[in-house]
Amino acid sequence: MDIHEYQAKELLSRYSVHIPRGGLAYSSEQATYRASEIGGGKWVVKAQIHSGARGKAGGIRICASDQEVCDAAEAMLGRKLVTHQTGPRGKLVSRLYIEETVDIRQEIYLAFVLDRKAERVMIVASASGGMEIEEIAEKQPDSIIRATVDPGAGMQHYQAREIAFGLGLENNLIGKATETLLGCYRVFRDYDASMLEINPLVVTRDGNLMALDAKMSFDENALFRRPEISELRDKSQEDPRETFASDRGLSYVGLEGSIGCIINGAGLAMATMDMIKIAGGEPANFLDIGGGASPERVAKSFRAVLGDKNVETILVNIFAGINRCDWVAEGVIKAIREVGVNVPLVVRLAGTNVDEGKRILAESGEDVLVADTLAEAAEKAVAAWQAVTKKNAA
Amino acid sequence: MAILLNRTTRVLVQGFTGKIGSFHAEDMKRYGTKVVGGVTPGKGGQTHLGVPVFNTMKGAVRETGADASIVFVPPPFAADAIMEAADAGIKFCVCITDGIPSQDMMHVKRYMRRYRFEDRMKLVGPNCAGIITPGQALMGIMPGNIYLPGRIGIVGRSGTLGYEAASQMKALGIGVSTSVGIGGDPINGSSFKDMLELFERDEDTDAVVMIGEIGGPQEAEAAEWAKWNMKKPLIAYIAGLSAPKGKRMGHAGAIISAFGESAQEKVEILKEAGVAIVPTPAAFGSTVAGVLAEHKKAA
Repeated sequence: MDIHEYQAKELLSRYSVHIPRGGLAYSSEQATYRASEIGGGKWVVKAQIHSGARGKAGGIRICASDQEVCDAAEAMLGRKLVTHQTGPRGKLVSRLYIEETVDIRQEIYLAFVLDRKAERVMIVASASGGMEIEEIAEKQPDSIIRATVDPGAGMQHYQAREIAFGLGLENNLIGKATETLLGCYRVFRDYDASMLEINPLVVTRDGNLMALDAKMSFDENALFRRPEISELRDKSQEDPRETFASDRGLSYVGLEGSIGCIINGAGLAMATMDMIKIAGGEPANFLDIGGGASPERVAKSFRAVLGDKNVETILVNIFAGINRCDWVAEGVIKAIREVGVNVPLVVRLAGTNVDEGKRILAESGEDVLVADTLAEAAEKAVAAWQAVTKKNAA
Repeated sequence: MAILLNRTTRVLVQGFTGKIGSFHAEDMKRYGTKVVGGVTPGKGGQTHLGVPVFNTMKGAVRETGADASIVFVPPPFAADAIMEAADAGIKFCVCITDGIPSQDMMHVKRYMRRYRFEDRMKLVGPNCAGIITPGQALMGIMPGNIYLPGRIGIVGRSGTLGYEAASQMKALGIGVSTSVGIGGDPINGSSFKDMLELFERDEDTDAVVMIGEIGGPQEAEAAEWAKWNMKKPLIAYIAGLSAPKGKRMGHAGAIISAFGESAQEKVEILKEAGVAIVPTPAAFGSTVAGVLAEHKKAA
């Protein structure tokens, strides 16, 4: 789960990481008021969306007067910002963060991630901040410092010092940098974060160390013990199709194609989507219905998939282990009758009670294309979808 | 004896008396698994499904002589259950639980390093379908009837995709020595490489099918190991060809976040290591049959 920049900064500041003075605004009036509260003659107006690369998309502006702050706020609020991380649909700006400007002497890149190879928290730092880590890795690979933390002992002072000296910081900044690094580690650990990125962490002209930007993501499996993080969720930043599904306990990812998928198991779901692509179609979504698929759950999945207006065909592929094909078949019939399925529907069932499941589908009298194998299912779905597109074109 | 599990393995069920634990324990017994007892704290002294319930793993191991355990404990308490099994002297543990926080798994992995490698409990999962040695025993949630006993090892992250592979092989009369699910989480007990090492040494396995997916470094690590150390044929499939970068595909670990983690890149790495690639998820059966035929001809 992602949170906004201002929320991440608020968390960090509680762990002795310095941040510029700033305030949140939901309107242009609030934005100018925040600017006058902060004082000075120059501010940054920053769109709060769950994405990086906001600057290039017009989501970060430096303003030198009340009027400029007001204009910037009006230009951003209520607009969808499209960055290379948001996808073509973009993300809605409904909150702004107004911040004082700082005089920058040096920009540092700093991130904490869960490293899957080391199976530990890894710190990644570079004295070449300001650009994205991919760019640093390409242009200045030698500038990247890495360290991992023993989860039993936690991050040690010497590790923080090594990184601080490795970044080439002056002696009078080493203490501040150590405090910042240890603070970041503690916030990462205490809130079950999965990623923390400060880019840039800056050395100011007056010799301070400050987080100018902050991005944090959290382990969704740990939210049960982090209620204060769950509260920070902003549904307006999520794909509405995904919010609908996740509120109903389904694992769903929206994509750009036209063949809706309802499958049990993440691996089989990915494989079925691959098969659709090989057969010449494009999947509209990833959906893992999970174990114990009751007829109600199957019907909910149909609602989630049909909520996407691009869907022109549906493919159901269930390999039942703990699931039961007869239940799934009942769910499919229930969905057709209650939800209304007005696109071609291909169903492939395998595993527990498969014959019973097929019999239920056959005897229902509903218009269901049945397939026996994965290949047949994908081919039938793509053929049905192509027939629909041809008809729509004519 | 295939790997990790056979008909003589003595199994304890952790989270035994709960709905899910009971359901699968019964299924495992029906398949022939030697379930010798279970643990549910506070319910020690009772009898459940015809075997004793214990309060602690140490007590259960002492009384039953169990050497393996399967965990159905809910996510907030599952990491604790795994460590309890390790400390009670269990040699092999399967964790089915889905949804364990990553930091908890980080602690589990660190905790297990207190034991010398030779004494260390082998863990598969969490968030997996378990393990089956067809015709002998099952520790997991897979439907036993789709596996034919035979001489091909299967290792995969996903449960149902593993079923797909096994059933395609069964349709061609190809059987399985052991099929093991390592789970879909970013930090898991055993890696692909760990399982390949066991299959390579196993006298009852002739070839191995590895079913990987997007995200993480484990397929590349396995390819590198197999290139230099594996004599048996290795056949691999990578799911997620159509997955976009930065989107999590159901499994907590299935997300492309670094170079070498997309399906295309992993396939390239495996090909370079001389691994046979299953080109589509509909071709598990035919690819394995082809590799076996070729091998027979060469031998």
